[in-house]
Amino acid sequence: MANEDTVRRCTEASARIRREILKMTYETGNAGAHIGGSLSMVELLACLYLGCIRYDPQNPCWESRDRVILSKGHAAMALYATLAEVGAIETEELITFKKDSSRLGGHPSLNGLPGIEFASGSLGQGLSLGVGTCLGLRRKGNAESRVYVFLGDGECDEGSVWEAAASAAHFHLNNLVAIVDVNGIQYDGDTNEILNLNPFENKWRDFGWKTVSIDGHDIGSILEAYNYVGERPLAILAHTIKGRGVSFMENNWKYHNASLTKKLYEQALEELEVAK
Amino acid sequence: MIEYTKRNIRKWSLLGPSGAHGIAALELAERNPNVLMLTADLCFFSGLERFKVAYPDRLYNFGIAEQNMIGAAAGLAKEGFIPFANTYASFCTSRCADQVRVNMSYMKLPIKLIGLTAGYAAGILGATHMSVEDIAFMRALPNITIISPADCTEIIKAMLAASETDEPTYIRLTGPQNTPIVYSEDYDFQIGKAVTIQEGEDVCIIATGSMVSHAIQAAKLMENKGVSCTVLNMHTIKPLDMQAIMKASEKHRLLVTAEEHSVIGGLYGAVAEVLCKERQHKPVIPFGISDVFVHSGSYSYQMKESGLTAERIADKVIKHMNKGEI
Repeated sequence: MANEDTVRRCTEASARIRREILKMTYETGNAGAHIGGSLSMVELLACLYLGCIRYDPQNPCWESRDRVILSKGHAAMALYATLAEVGAIETEELITFKKDSSRLGGHPSLNGLPGIEFASGSLGQGLSLGVGTCLGLRRKGNAESRVYVFLGDGECDEGSVWEAAASAAHFHLNNLVAIVDVNGIQYDGDTNEILNLNPFENKWRDFGWKTVSIDGHDIGSILEAYNYVGERPLAILAHTIKGRGVSFMENNWKYHNASLTKKLYEQALEELEVAK
Repeated sequence: MIEYTKRNIRKWSLLGPSGAHGIAALELAERNPNVLMLTADLCFFSGLERFKVAYPDRLYNFGIAEQNMIGAAAGLAKEGFIPFANTYASFCTSRCADQVRVNMSYMKLPIKLIGLTAGYAAGILGATHMSVEDIAFMRALPNITIISPADCTEIIKAMLAASETDEPTYIRLTGPQNTPIVYSEDYDFQIGKAVTIQEGEDVCIIATGSMVSHAIQAAKLMENKGVSCTVLNMHTIKPLDMQAIMKASEKHRLLVTAEEHSVIGGLYGAVAEVLCKERQHKPVIPFGISDVFVHSGSYSYQMKESGLTAERIADKVIKHMNKGEI
């Protein structure tokens, strides 16, 4: 059982991260942002950074840190807001998201932002980066650090994900954790209609992974899943709701990438307040 | 410690480009504990059998999964290692173009990519295994050094040199087994600096990879007919030795490029891009693969079909000179 204080801190942080995501999206104006898949993984990121990983925002290159790779790079807003939560960046910087010359690009890029291990955005590549990172850590005798890779369920359409999954099991990378944000919706609609990967959990298991299916918004379950250490690479299949927290966005594929009018922005903020 | 003796150079030539790759891998393993070898089910083919026995924990075989190999190489590079990742040239460039673009080009992770059997060395297996566009692919990507060694000795030198820089690097291996020897003794190899093999006055052949030895023969044939030739080994395609090209244009009446690669986007393209900026420059005749897939067949058949022989180069250049256009 996760301790109560951690659960409370993660819950409160999640609420703030959601608000920041809404604000960032609104501030992009007509450009819009990947809001649906950012809102779905808020608790997953909050719990990782606040309740789990070895990470020092003052020393982002600390050798013994855990490595975090956002393979579903389009959820960058959720990551930026989480990094602000842990003090890696200032909260004020968040509204520069997607603005000219901002460090906070539409997808994470290597431009001096602490805590970003790799650029991402081209889907299907992050798990391979995780495999190589784990192999490197093993070579260095670093048995402390774990490597967490966030993937989208739509992203798992990419064949390279499964190349990486096979190799992770082959090389016995038990310090590798894949967290799949199973929100069930990709750009064009339901994942099961676009490319049905079911039985999804079996696939990971058959590729040699230990799997855990959880409610990806339940702080206690998430923290418990992160604490699991075994002999095999770990796939946490986090069942989430795309657009979580805002009624008109929830499970609505139109909010995969969208902009917000002032009215909708205020309505969304109000819904978050009520939920508190 | 590697020794550039005549005996060794002959041995490397017999082994061919993959064998030389394997020799360099053994040397690198001794020189630098951070060097690792990665392959995609081509351990044996890439000449790494001895490496596998000597350094089993420094060889990673990713199976027939090239995209994953490049991603994993990026992870290893990020953690401070120097991964040399090999597979057929077409598979480690065009097949993995996006992984190469994001990891090597954009993120500048110092992966050393080895393209085996570039050009026609595996052409007998069909168009899928030919690689005559890889330079064009790689040259369009920022931050990647591209080396195209002229013979087995230069393959070894290129790999050793690549291990000593932080640059993402692509080394394309051309030529058949029993690789013609361009360098029969030790010489100075520097990335980005063309080597003048011989100096002449009328024509300068700028050649790369396997075509350097053909260029030397072509120069001899032309000299018999009274045309004096410079032969330049442009082993580094990027960064290109622009000074050497400008100087060649100033000193000669005609320039020739020779590459076992498409005439689009390769050495010819690179040389033309340099010269076009100049108010005055000499004409450049390209020898490379015209914009087609050549029918599969033996190495020599395909080279002949593509006009990549010393005789063809000499004939065409002499005809050009005789027309009085130059």
